[in-house]
Amino acid sequence: MDKTNIVARTGNEAMAEAMRQINPDVVAAYPITPATEVVQIFAGYVADGLVKTEFVPVESEHSAMSACIGSAAAGGRTMTGTSSQGLALMAEMLYIAAGLRLPIVMADVNRALSSPINIHCDHSDTMMVKESGWIQIFSENCQEAYDNMLQAIRIAEKAKLPVMVTTDGFIISHGMERLEILSDADAKAFVGEYKPEYYLLNFEKPITVGALDLTDYYFEHKRQQIEAIKDSKQIILDVAGEFGAKFGREYGLFEKYKMDGAEIVIVAMGSTAGTAKVVVDGLRSKGVKAGLVKPRIFRPFPKEELAESLKGMKAIAVMDRSDSMNAQEGPLALEIKAALYDAPAGSCRTVLSYIYGLGGREIKLEDIELVYNDLSEASKGKAKPKVSYLGVRE
Amino acid sequence: MIEIRWHGRGGQGAKTAALLLADAALASGKYIQAFPEYGPERMGAPVASFNRISPSPIKLHSGVTDPDIVIVLDPTLMDSVDVTEGMPANGTLLVNIEKSPAEVKVIFGIGAGIKICTVDASNISIETIGRDIPNTPMLGALIKATGILDFKEMMEDMKKKLEKKFKTKPEVIAGNLKAIERAYNEVRI
Repeated sequence: MDKTNIVARTGNEAMAEAMRQINPDVVAAYPITPATEVVQIFAGYVADGLVKTEFVPVESEHSAMSACIGSAAAGGRTMTGTSSQGLALMAEMLYIAAGLRLPIVMADVNRALSSPINIHCDHSDTMMVKESGWIQIFSENCQEAYDNMLQAIRIAEKAKLPVMVTTDGFIISHGMERLEILSDADAKAFVGEYKPEYYLLNFEKPITVGALDLTDYYFEHKRQQIEAIKDSKQIILDVAGEFGAKFGREYGLFEKYKMDGAEIVIVAMGSTAGTAKVVVDGLRSKGVKAGLVKPRIFRPFPKEELAESLKGMKAIAVMDRSDSMNAQEGPLALEIKAALYDAPAGSCRTVLSYIYGLGGREIKLEDIELVYNDLSEASKGKAKPKVSYLGVRE
Repeated sequence: MIEIRWHGRGGQGAKTAALLLADAALASGKYIQAFPEYGPERMGAPVASFNRISPSPIKLHSGVTDPDIVIVLDPTLMDSVDVTEGMPANGTLLVNIEKSPAEVKVIFGIGAGIKICTVDASNISIETIGRDIPNTPMLGALIKATGILDFKEMMEDMKKKLEKKFKTKPEVIAGNLKAIERAYNEVRI
């Protein structure tokens, strides 16, 4: 391995840097706050001749994803970036990209959805498309955003599925942190060359893409897609294993933080997991048996593995930075509960749901301390609300 | 871990100052964060930016509410913004102003215990760089006032970075370095 460079970069810069090293054949994108810089910086690389990418500045996100689909179907390594309303406008084409099994990789900066209009972080946009068939990878910080982008290319091309790598809007996208960047040679060797198995421009082996598929075969094709997303779990682990062995940074389907001997646990994704780690450190020094589980992969959902990691807990809190608008819990809490339902008998049934940080509402150490405090009380049998809303005025 | 808040007006370089400091701290082997206040960016409106500097990895991703050090790029803000909000009683307040620390304490009613430092960074930047961009010299003043970084190391790193950025404008490099050095020497503590 070559020497790594240690630099100061924002999340958006880190993702653009990964894209430069990946040097995709095509990037089609439309700018939107707070993801604008990802493609803006990348467009600079194109203009400066640092990459050989065909950059397609389109007139909307719907067109961006449409162009990505065309490029990926033709056999090109294809990337884009967006956020919030942009992701919403892409929604129709996201399903098509996944259904066509196109390995497009997207930088997705988490931002609230309108209405009311808001540019700040929450996970509503990414959760809105959780059933689209895209693999979804969450990043806690700039380093993970960078590492996840490099791994995403490999995952997408092996699984023949599109992948979105998310960062938290502004908190990570605009926050500068210490970043270890691989040498260009190492990064290029890791992502390798893309050799698609089937593609439109292969005249030796002509194929049809996007044909009408009615009652006769639609279900079979969907069944294959379902199997592909199931299989992607192992691919994600294999790619993470190779990345860890080569570069020393370990990744899995989720991260367990101080779970040895833990009795109460928070499950949280993205930048908030980092803040929760600080709270866990403080509680552990006081003898409180607190732990944290941070799902990295939300799609495919690592159901059995998460249930296993939560075995023996006395109380679990799931923190969601979005709501399901189902008059129940947030999306992550629902998935965790479903995972525990199928877990072996005796698994923890005390699961509290916390909705937090909508529209960028600050999440402080004290807020997370309050959750662990609730968990301590719940673990001793005290009744707690099933769903709580952290830091909201009501 | 040290937490810092920069106050300025939109366009004055509060965000750039935080990024510059983070970059300099990183070069000295520290872990860093730098982020602006996330909101609409308007020329002249009060804005803030933040730093965290630590010898170990920084996991915290909430806002900075209790800064150990506060730096004010524009003293006219202090009539309308409580720049000492959340500061601990022994915090450090560094202001770009031609007045002395004692005068600032009286004029703005700064609490006892807070260490006040002043430097006329605007004047320094006009004399050395030719424009009122106080953020670069404030770095020099900050290092003298707090000792958070090694001055010589920082200057060497800054020189390298400026030489890379302003290859064709050697006068900009010299001006900026002079500004930092003067603020380091002239800050009143």
